[in-house]
Amino acid sequence: MKYIDEFRDGALARRLAAAIAAEALPSRRYHLMEFCGGHTHAISRYGLADLLPPNVRMIHGPGCPVCVLPIGRIDNAIELAARPGLILCTYADTMRVPASGGLSLMKAKALGRDIRMVYSSADALRLAREHPDRDVVFFAIGFETTTPPTAVAIRQADAEGLANFSVFCNHVVTPAAISNILESKDVRELGTVALDGFIGPAHVSTVIGSEPYEYFAEEYARPVVIAGFEPLDVMQAILMLVRQLNEGRAEVENEFTRAVTREGNAKAKAIVADVFELRKTFEWRGLGEVPYSALRIKERYRRFDAEARYGIVYQSVADNKACECGAILRGVKRPVDCRLFGTACTPENPMGSCMVSSEGACAAHYTYGRFKDAAIVGERPQEPANA
Amino acid sequence: MTRPYVRPVDFRHGRVDMTHGGGGRAMAQLVDELFLRAFDNDWLRQGNDGARVDVPAGRLVMSTDSHVVSPLFFPGGDIGCLSVHGTINDVAMCGATPLYLAAGFVLEEGFPLADLRRIVESMAAAAKDAQVPVVTGDTKVVEQGKGDGVFITTTGVGIVPSGIDVSGDRARPGDVVILSGTIGDHGVAIMSLRENLGFETAIASDTAALHGLVAAMLAAAPGIRCLRDPTRGGLATTLNELARQSGCGIALAESHIPVRPEVAAACEFLGLDPLYVANEGKLVTICPPEDADRLLATMRSHPLGHDAAIVGEAIVDPHHFVQMDTSFGGRRVVDWLTGEQLPRIC
Repeated sequence: MKYIDEFRDGALARRLAAAIAAEALPSRRYHLMEFCGGHTHAISRYGLADLLPPNVRMIHGPGCPVCVLPIGRIDNAIELAARPGLILCTYADTMRVPASGGLSLMKAKALGRDIRMVYSSADALRLAREHPDRDVVFFAIGFETTTPPTAVAIRQADAEGLANFSVFCNHVVTPAAISNILESKDVRELGTVALDGFIGPAHVSTVIGSEPYEYFAEEYARPVVIAGFEPLDVMQAILMLVRQLNEGRAEVENEFTRAVTREGNAKAKAIVADVFELRKTFEWRGLGEVPYSALRIKERYRRFDAEARYGIVYQSVADNKACECGAILRGVKRPVDCRLFGTACTPENPMGSCMVSSEGACAAHYTYGRFKDAAIVGERPQEPANA
Repeated sequence: MTRPYVRPVDFRHGRVDMTHGGGGRAMAQLVDELFLRAFDNDWLRQGNDGARVDVPAGRLVMSTDSHVVSPLFFPGGDIGCLSVHGTINDVAMCGATPLYLAAGFVLEEGFPLADLRRIVESMAAAAKDAQVPVVTGDTKVVEQGKGDGVFITTTGVGIVPSGIDVSGDRARPGDVVILSGTIGDHGVAIMSLRENLGFETAIASDTAALHGLVAAMLAAAPGIRCLRDPTRGGLATTLNELARQSGCGIALAESHIPVRPEVAAACEFLGLDPLYVANEGKLVTICPPEDADRLLATMRSHPLGHDAAIVGEAIVDPHHFVQMDTSFGGRRVVDWLTGEQLPRIC
């Protein structure tokens, strides 16, 4: 596959791994947080941790859209879907996130609610056109990557006068979450989370650019390297972070130059600014209430705002007490530190949101990496050779 | 034989209605003019409630499979030939020579008879090619909205030749895992047609009857331990089943698993892993190491095993993990499929 295989070249990976091992100083540790679930997934799927020296440790961040969605918001969506005649559409990962009362959108669907998986906001618009006699609500989630398509859908509905279409907006913004982590007690006071640097988002940065991270690098003295989601991107970014830390630099560097500029996508940003504005506060699973961390639909497009149209009232719901998703999303704990991990909580029966999406830290570790926790791992035979 | 029906069934414009499942004349006419004509064999012509067949001595294998694929017609096949291949393959994966099939149809009121005829004729052609006759069947009709066009359940029986002992619990550490060809073709062919995906590919389903390949394999290596066709859940799920049944682990080498570039590209685009995408004309076998080279050569000389490759090995692992050395150089678990990657794939 052209333009893909080049970024999954095993021989190049080994060269990068050797460079990281050679340059990482044995006298210090490197705690690097990959903010995005896309990076978490790549690290687990390609077994990148195996290629790193023991003093370079990756900490999974909160950048998994469904993981940070609080239970109360899913409850709201399920209540919406219970309205007679209403069609609720959403991205597939959202379907299995656990809600109150043992429910999820998937289970609500089995109870007869009309809930549909869509690949894009355009599919939700199409449903609204096809069912003019029914209300169609798009349950919109995600970071800056999925925000522009939602904005486009709202503008399109406005242009077409699609009165039966609305959006339940749960879009969140990345910089606020990074600030929240850097400002947290765990990082600033307690020192329970050592954070030496960040791998910056890939797709999010194609939209917002690299400029918004300059503040973190300067204010918190942490280097940020924006990286693509392919495994070689991640390896290269780790090497760049190790070099910055060795040289005492804290700068924003861009490994993902094939897609990210300093300014980002001006057109997408303009469309988002036309449709959305910041909420004063929004609850994140794991991080709690985070000021100015999410978007709502502007007054001008209010008729497409499902929260206004249906009078949605948000009620915060506490996570399962034993669930460590919160601490895992803040980087304080690892999936294996949770006693529910792999016992009560599995991808088939997720208790917490980190076990739901393939980008979630728990799901990624359970799916790809848990053999490393096993006491005995089978004897490795010779590499099979094809005749 | 003179036909007792005044007018023939209108296969051009007609549609299934409730009388076609009512047990009366309309049903009898549909059976006569469609099913009997297409499948055409002595057992069906006897017109009994079941088929009385001669069975050679040996161990009888019986397997059944329901088919609900959507859409009904796809590149490389349709629900008709798929329902024949699927059950023949299940019987063959037990090491048996498939002998006879039974077919049950659930039709939805309003389904075009032209489509039904196309499906039944495709089934008949597949059964004829495979030399495994459909010897008995059943038709029911459900009201509009209670089905989705047509569902087909097929059941097959076969006989295991003496000296053959194939079972999912027989893999032993050191055994070799061989895959018969490229993975993911069927699933991607179906996905390319699904209305809300809207991309077109040149990929056709790999649906095929594998009993000929299996017969050649068993002749070359009677000591084959496991055979399985990686349908729903793909290769990953099949290997996890075999590891659990056999109480061992399996180690794979990603770089040895054949995937067509266009399938890999489509999976990349859709965020799917080809290891979990369904196949309908592939098999995975586990054999003792001393048989591996001979078996591989036999498979590669068969048209349905042309791209066969050794992809891994059974290992000692009390946790029964399927592990994989990634092409990238790391190692990871290849876990059971979680949830439903793509509903109604077969």
